[in-house]
Amino acid sequence: MTVLVKEKELVVPGQILAEGGHYKVGANVIKDGEYYRSVVLGIYTGSGNTISTRPLTGKYYPHVGDLVIGKIIDVGLTMWRLDIGSPYEGILFVSNATRRKFDPVRHDARKIYDVGDVVRAKIIAFDRTKDPSLTTLDRGLGKLSGGKIISVSPTKISRIIGHRGSMINIIKKYTHTNILVGQNGRIWVNGRDINDEMRAIEAIRLVEKEALRSGLTDYIEEFLKEGK
Amino acid sequence: MSEFIRVDGRKKDELRPIDIQIGVLDSADGSALVRMGKNIILAAVRGPRELHPKHLAMPDKAKIRCTYRMATFSVPDRKSPAPSRREKEISKVLTEALESVVLSHLYPRSAIDIFIQVIQADGGTRCASATAASLALADAGIPMRDLLAGVAAGIFKDEVVLDLCDEEDKDGTGDLPIVYSPSTDEISLLQLDGQFTLDQFEEALNLAIDGARKIYDMEKQALIDRYKIDVEEEIHEEVSVEEQEIEELIEQELEEPETKEEEEDFAEKITPSVSVGETTEETVEIPVTEEIEETTGEIMEPVSSPTEPGAPAEEASEPSEITEAPETFGFEAVTSSVQEHDAIKESVQEGEERLDEHDVVHEETEESDEATEEDVISVEEYEDEEEKFDEWEDLEDDEIPTPETETEEELEDEEFEDTDTLEITELEDQEEI
Repeated sequence: MTVLVKEKELVVPGQILAEGGHYKVGANVIKDGEYYRSVVLGIYTGSGNTISTRPLTGKYYPHVGDLVIGKIIDVGLTMWRLDIGSPYEGILFVSNATRRKFDPVRHDARKIYDVGDVVRAKIIAFDRTKDPSLTTLDRGLGKLSGGKIISVSPTKISRIIGHRGSMINIIKKYTHTNILVGQNGRIWVNGRDINDEMRAIEAIRLVEKEALRSGLTDYIEEFLKEGK
Repeated sequence: MSEFIRVDGRKKDELRPIDIQIGVLDSADGSALVRMGKNIILAAVRGPRELHPKHLAMPDKAKIRCTYRMATFSVPDRKSPAPSRREKEISKVLTEALESVVLSHLYPRSAIDIFIQVIQADGGTRCASATAASLALADAGIPMRDLLAGVAAGIFKDEVVLDLCDEEDKDGTGDLPIVYSPSTDEISLLQLDGQFTLDQFEEALNLAIDGARKIYDMEKQALIDRYKIDVEEEIHEEVSVEEQEIEELIEQELEEPETKEEEEDFAEKITPSVSVGETTEETVEIPVTEEIEETTGEIMEPVSSPTEPGAPAEEASEPSEITEAPETFGFEAVTSSVQEHDAIKESVQEGEERLDEHDVVHEETEESDEATEEDVISVEEYEDEEEKFDEWEDLEDDEIPTPETETEEELEDEEFEDTDTLEITELEDQEEI
């Protein structure tokens, strides 16, 4: 009948979060007899009648509507396969990459996206029986050229963006770079020169490292000002 | 009960000193280094990831593949690097032990690979390996019902002892390694070697379970130490960005209109600054840095003469790209002037690429394309990718009637026929007029 952990407490897999009672089983929690257990290493985020945890590590798991940054790893006649850093490869069909009529006999898919191209795409369909399906037709989607790509833990993405984009905007402002964040933990940084890009990457790495620090936004702003 | 002191000075229910490090490898998704006495075990986890070969994939759960290997220098005599029978057996039993706790049904069709390397062996490596593997899995964020703790009990000089070292393992008369999950109170691996009486077995099992509980506490502490960066301070508003919010934020970050109506407004807003004649004035009106003025100046030169008949399509269309690209082609609407500068540079590349892309699709009508492209592209702007494609479609329709000259050979037969008939009808129309 009791919740055994405090709010925001660090929990390990198998740890009993609550005992007895009728709680709602939230994210990353299983009910085992009368025990509610966390199944991941994370932070307890339960509230009210719900028992849930937020993982601190882990791979990206695709969700419909997510914007991701992927790399083309295979080109077929009318489709591409993308590495999106998840357990499953993303599939981009030609109908979701161009609105033009595409005839695989006359046209070459490689001329649109080739192996090694980095693409910003949106997940339009995914369930456990088939690989995530992507589109690059929406605004802001498509091939990324120039700049640098870094990978961070997908669980840190929310921190890197910050509250209503505050963190990312500060980094952009001080380093004069253009930054696109994919929910799969990949970040594209494009600046005037390599120094700006490296500086932005340094700042992002710092956010990642100090993700749990309080007042992080001010700390990063201070860090970026110092480097001026 | 008289105190029985063992070869290494331990009491009968005393564990060897244990040291646990988590996240020692950067490239692996999760890793752990466990020292248990003289044992040094390194475990690395990769996954969940695509499973190759595909035929191993299971439609309802992830494939767990655990590989236990001993380094050639891990034992006093050189161990042959070839996988031995013993290594294969331990790989198998550890895989089965881990399968019992990992929630593999959450990642169907994928693979979770666990690599265990014994750097130094001193008895009870399979137990220490199970401990290391479960920590590495936790570090990789893979959902598990519980952590595993492995420890052996055995008989040495007729005494039941806990956590056999190499000497006790070799000279003893019984060995009972177990892998236990303390929280769920389950045994996921139990092997027995040698001879036990029933009483000895029960005593050994209870001793091992108690030892496993102690190891479990150390595992838990190690995980907390690795991930606890002042958790008290961590209670901060900013951290609790809900997952749905993130998408919103990314959308905002794009600073692009979401609804159709807004798109139109947006298009109207940017149209003046892109139209060929007015571009320079418009740019000046907006507060810009000198840098940008210079840049736009440079860029505008070719635009001022886009209708020059001899100008090749690429040159003519490229600058027009530049003038409008910052606001349009996806790679983010840009606000600050410096970013604008960046985006311009970027869009030059983009423009080139898109031209390539464009050429592709028009392969067969490449030459005639250029003429039309010059007219249409340099004057009208791509509002966005969508419209660009629309234009291309229009282009194609327009082009088909008038390939006439150079591209006929490149056209395929069916298209050739089409154009012939179209030409004829056109001629007929003209005659009628």
